[in-house]
Amino acid sequence: MSPVNFVYLAAVLFAIGAATVLLRRNAIMAFMGVELMLNAANLTLVAFSRMVGGIEGQIMAFFVMVVAAAEVVVGLAIIIAVSRARQSISLDEPSELKG
Amino acid sequence: MVSPLLFWFVAFVTVIPALSLLFARKPVHVAAAVVLVMVGLAVAYVALEAPFLGAVQIIVYTGAVMMLFLFVLMLVGVDKTESLKETITGQRWVALTLAVGLGALVISVVSRLPLSVNEQPVVGEPAEVASWLFGDYVLVVEVLGFVLISAALGALVLTHVPRLYPKRTQAEVHAARIAAGANPVNQAFPGVYARHNALDAPALDPEGNPIESSVSRVLKVRGQTIDGSEFKGDTQARRRELGAKEDDQ
Amino acid sequence: MLSVTWLLIAVPLASFLVLMLAGRRADAWGHWLGVAASSVVALIGIGAFFQMLGRDAESRSESVRLFTWISGGDLQVDAGLLVDQLSLTFVLLVTIVGALIHVYSVAYMENDPRRRMFFAYLNLFIAAMLLLVLADSYLLLFVGWEGVGLASYLLIGFWNHKPENATAANKAFVVNRTGDFGLIVAMAIMFTQFGSVSFADVLGGADGASTAVLTAIGLTLLLAATGKSAQFPLQSWLGDAMAGPTPVSALIHAATMVTAGVYLVVRSGAIYEATDDARLVVAIVGAITLILGAIIGSAKDDIKKVLAASTMSQIGYMMLAAGLGPIGYIFAIFHLVTNGFFKAGMFLGAGSVMHAMKDQVDMRRFGALRTAMVTTWITFGLGWLAILGVPPLSGFWSKDKIIELAFVGEGWQPWVFGLTALIGAGITAFYMSRLFFMTFHGKARWTDEQHPHESPLLMTVPMMVLAVGSAFLGLFLAAGNRFQNWLEPVTGTSGELEPVLAVPVLITLTLALVAAGVALAYWMYWRNDVPTEAPPPSLAVLAARNDMFQDSVNRAVFQIPGTHLTRTLVYADAALVDGAVNKQATGIAAFGEASRRFQSGKVRSYALLMLLGFLVLASIIVVGG
Repeated sequence: MSPVNFVYLAAVLFAIGAATVLLRRNAIMAFMGVELMLNAANLTLVAFSRMVGGIEGQIMAFFVMVVAAAEVVVGLAIIIAVSRARQSISLDEPSELKG
Repeated sequence: MVSPLLFWFVAFVTVIPALSLLFARKPVHVAAAVVLVMVGLAVAYVALEAPFLGAVQIIVYTGAVMMLFLFVLMLVGVDKTESLKETITGQRWVALTLAVGLGALVISVVSRLPLSVNEQPVVGEPAEVASWLFGDYVLVVEVLGFVLISAALGALVLTHVPRLYPKRTQAEVHAARIAAGANPVNQAFPGVYARHNALDAPALDPEGNPIESSVSRVLKVRGQTIDGSEFKGDTQARRRELGAKEDDQ
Repeated sequence: MLSVTWLLIAVPLASFLVLMLAGRRADAWGHWLGVAASSVVALIGIGAFFQMLGRDAESRSESVRLFTWISGGDLQVDAGLLVDQLSLTFVLLVTIVGALIHVYSVAYMENDPRRRMFFAYLNLFIAAMLLLVLADSYLLLFVGWEGVGLASYLLIGFWNHKPENATAANKAFVVNRTGDFGLIVAMAIMFTQFGSVSFADVLGGADGASTAVLTAIGLTLLLAATGKSAQFPLQSWLGDAMAGPTPVSALIHAATMVTAGVYLVVRSGAIYEATDDARLVVAIVGAITLILGAIIGSAKDDIKKVLAASTMSQIGYMMLAAGLGPIGYIFAIFHLVTNGFFKAGMFLGAGSVMHAMKDQVDMRRFGALRTAMVTTWITFGLGWLAILGVPPLSGFWSKDKIIELAFVGEGWQPWVFGLTALIGAGITAFYMSRLFFMTFHGKARWTDEQHPHESPLLMTVPMMVLAVGSAFLGLFLAAGNRFQNWLEPVTGTSGELEPVLAVPVLITLTLALVAAGVALAYWMYWRNDVPTEAPPPSLAVLAARNDMFQDSVNRAVFQIPGTHLTRTLVYADAALVDGAVNKQATGIAAFGEASRRFQSGKVRSYALLMLLGFLVLASIIVVGG
């Protein structure tokens, strides 16, 4: 079975992650959707790396993981700060962006 | 090549738990499901000749990131169930349509690419990966070190709450209470000075009069208290019984 | 001499500046500075006149280029002065009458705290008027034109603490602006047609231009002239302008400024030569005004307003003459000069009477002042006889000549213009005699608190000088056709002209009508008692008292439609011009409102839009690539 099937799988996971971000109001849930999208991208990198036969794709995926870890730390810190300030982590809540 | 059985296994343990992101109500359940997704992806990496990355996936995602998510969930309230009712008009259907469209677009593009598979791939063994990371990509690795340190510092800064007022000592708290006109001694507890030893009976002062404030407000509102006057009458009768002089009250 | 011509303008202007800038420090001597300045220019003018007399008739006209004034693309205008017989005639009239009136004003304005300002304005007027007549281009003339308008405005409203005086000043200003509009348009047409606005180019090139253009220029210039000279239909301001001090009325609103319109027409003679239509309109305007002024003058009780109406009427004679061609120009100017003397003299006389009667102007409160004010009576009487055209006084030589000229021509014109002028002379005799008799003869109708007395010498001497001019100037200038020969090089000549009636017949007719008018006035206002209150008027008298309802007509014909036009324009501006801009803005605002709904403040909506945008872009790339 060709590794390209993993790319299709990654596409499905990415779509699910995107739908999560759009549909869930809980910031943590949306954030997990983002993580799922990142992982889907990683899976794509690794699958293509396998098909090319080289290792650079895996290196890239590794870097993505590192950056994602850093991003999770900052993102969760922001969520905690917001939940302290507003007693809520609903994404619909902070509508100061309203024009 | 990848075993079809393995692929379908991976697909099964990633897509089904991932769907819980859309449909599960409790965030903790979702987090647990996502852990499963991460493990499934680790399996996929191993199957795709990237064993080191598979290990890192387990360590970083299931071991660190998802645990961090769980901690934060605990911190902000683990038992909160979220309503799945949509509040923005049309958001649900448009979002689902777009997500499906996104997936379909990617799949259709990829399926039309002329792709070949290298039969002798380089296997992502730790030694191989290390030689790349600390060879060609050593600068990136160092920069990523800075990124991680910055993220850690950023998290500290973001979650730090500065003290707005100096901490008050117990003596200061007490002085403030007296200044506000509070009773310096303890309030009377209900019921303990009379024959009754129950929460619904007011305490009696040395004169034998009931202290209304000793009974909980809640019981008063509910009407579950015992009227203090009966104890008063009782006391007067008892005193007569004991042959006390009929004094003024 | 020519090199110092600019002093004619510079001296009074400098005096004006000194008087304005020196402030109260000049209060003690300011009026004498004004008198000195006007006297100096009078002497310069007389000197220039004698120098010019010493030359041949052909070489008398000279121009002085002062400096390049405006250099704008195709328009080159040099500031230059044109000294010829016509402008010098005006210089003499303005400076001599001006100097006399300055002297008179010293006494007349003696008790006015702002006498210094009065003299400053008078000097400004002299400077502007001399600039007007000496300019060698229409543009420079326009500067003087506006300058005299400004001086007139300032002087009419000199006692502007009274609201009606300020209103009168504003009225004069506004009506004059209407006329100025004509002058500006005329200059615009000249510039497009001749590429220049100097007299030399425009008048020299008049032969080559089309009649339609010349008629347009002629009519617009006439509009300017009617504004400045209080001719029909822009005559309404002159009566109200009498709100100014009497010397102002004498100098500006009788002798000099109001004749600037006649000067403009005569100066532009070459244009009117070439266009019969415009010339005819000039004559018609003159005829209407002379009869209108005469009728109004017959009904007024305010001595100054009678004189103002008379001025209107006399300038109507000049306009009528100017509409009759080159020979008419000469007699228009001739009458202008004589009128300048006798009308100024009579205004000064009226001022003297007012001075004596504590500023009373109602003639029904005068009467029998002859004994109290002998000098005024005599000087005024000479002016009266002169305007009547009694031979051999000045008016006879100028006005009767105009009446004769009006009878020259073919078809209906000589009869209409001639009879109008003839009847005008009769009415003139009536109303001037009415004024004279009501003021100086009959029973005394003033109250005991008023003690009529003769004015001081400072006032009577200028009156005497002007009276002498009223009496003999006409004879002096007419003898041997002196004036005609003097002006002919400028205006041109039309050869011998035969009136449709014989000249002796005309003279007899005129004198008979004048005598009838005097007799009627004698019977009504000397023999019979004059009521101190005006009797209830008949319709005709009522109309005349109200200046033939000129203000009402102006209101109905110009003001109200103008108001509506303005409102319509304002509305159209708001609806169309502003509307277009505003609708554009409203459209953008509506677009903003609509797109604002996307900016709901909800992060998930933004994410949705981002995804949508990404999908659209990606689809385009995939499908297009």
